[in-house]
Amino acid sequence: MFSCLKHKVGEVLLPGDEFSFQPEDTISLTDTVKPEKVICGPGLRRSGDRLLVSKSGVLRTKQPNMFWVDSQQKRYVPAKGETVIGIVTVKSGDVFKVDCGGSEQASLSYLAFEGATKRNRPNVQVGDLVFSQFVIANKDMEPELVCVDSSGRANGMGVFGGGGLLFRVSLGLIRRLLAPQSPLRAELQQLFPHELVIGMNGRLWVKASSVQQTLIIANLLESCENMTAEQRRQLFRRAAQGAL
Amino acid sequence: MAADSAKLSKNLMRMKFMQRGLDAETKKQLEEDEKRIISDEHWYLDLPELKAKENLIIEEKSFVPCEDLYYGRMSFKGFNPEVEKLMALMNPKEEVEKEEEEDRRMQTDVTDEEMALRYESLVGSMKKKFAKKRDRAAIVEVEEVEEDVNQNVVETNPKRVFLKPQD
Repeated sequence: MFSCLKHKVGEVLLPGDEFSFQPEDTISLTDTVKPEKVICGPGLRRSGDRLLVSKSGVLRTKQPNMFWVDSQQKRYVPAKGETVIGIVTVKSGDVFKVDCGGSEQASLSYLAFEGATKRNRPNVQVGDLVFSQFVIANKDMEPELVCVDSSGRANGMGVFGGGGLLFRVSLGLIRRLLAPQSPLRAELQQLFPHELVIGMNGRLWVKASSVQQTLIIANLLESCENMTAEQRRQLFRRAAQGAL
Repeated sequence: MAADSAKLSKNLMRMKFMQRGLDAETKKQLEEDEKRIISDEHWYLDLPELKAKENLIIEEKSFVPCEDLYYGRMSFKGFNPEVEKLMALMNPKEEVEKEEEEDRRMQTDVTDEEMALRYESLVGSMKKKFAKKRDRAAIVEVEEVEEDVNQNVVETNPKRVFLKPQD
């Protein structure tokens, strides 16, 4: 079924391209006919029995049957399960409104924090940064955030920030930072001690022991957007020597 | 009197205390009427049965499971020890490989040779235990022959004999 998808792996796809899955003409006698499932990631969408491409980019695959379009973009669309950095904008009754970078503000219940009960409200002010994940995110409904995992523990989520710097980068850079065996992360590790919070919505929060160092890292990361690996390596080497 | 009873309304006639005086025919008619009312009110949708088709395409909107992305909090060179602990917890891939290596080492603690040697002697001693006293001598002889076949160099206990104390 997904042989036509496999042929296109590594090729550029454009919005409007489509794949349709016809049942195979030849029926093998030995194998039991088992329907194959395809998991289509971002950039591909299902429409009946067809698969439509909705973003331009390169088709990628992962074993056993995952396909997605690797595209470069700056606009964030909330997706269920992703962790983002949000900014609290409104505090009203039992929900906070959070600017998550998407088209609509997300709601965050005051009970969705670790250790929060009806009596014991979390201390969240307007303007605070929250690291949280989406539990509801679809195109028809208001997205909803929580700051706990399924077992009710914070695991690094919740209100953070104080003395750090928040800025925006493209979603592609965020994915490069979070990728396993990321060379960018390995180079950051060689620098002075610092801390990063990376939201899938393109927001990046940096903190180091002094304002100067914080700014150095922020500038390095911002300039990583459009640099070759060699240029980046040279820049990081100079930064590590304290030349910047 | 008969003319009066015909004027009584249907709803009145349906009441329990009025039914005692009714004859069998009118009773039957009333029951039928009631049945028709119930079946008229019971309605259903005139639709073909929905066939659930298995969905072969599953949508996933996030990049995280596709590219196995890491958790979004990180700290370097011990800036925030709590986050470093969290990093080890949420991105546990490298540790798995280490554990596997350890497992492999554990398995090779006892080599096949050692195990074979151990069981060889065990089989012999169990055999001796279940054999009759008369056969035991024969078993020992057979074992000696087998050792030659295997060509293993195993120390054989020489027959214990009483050593005379030297004067």
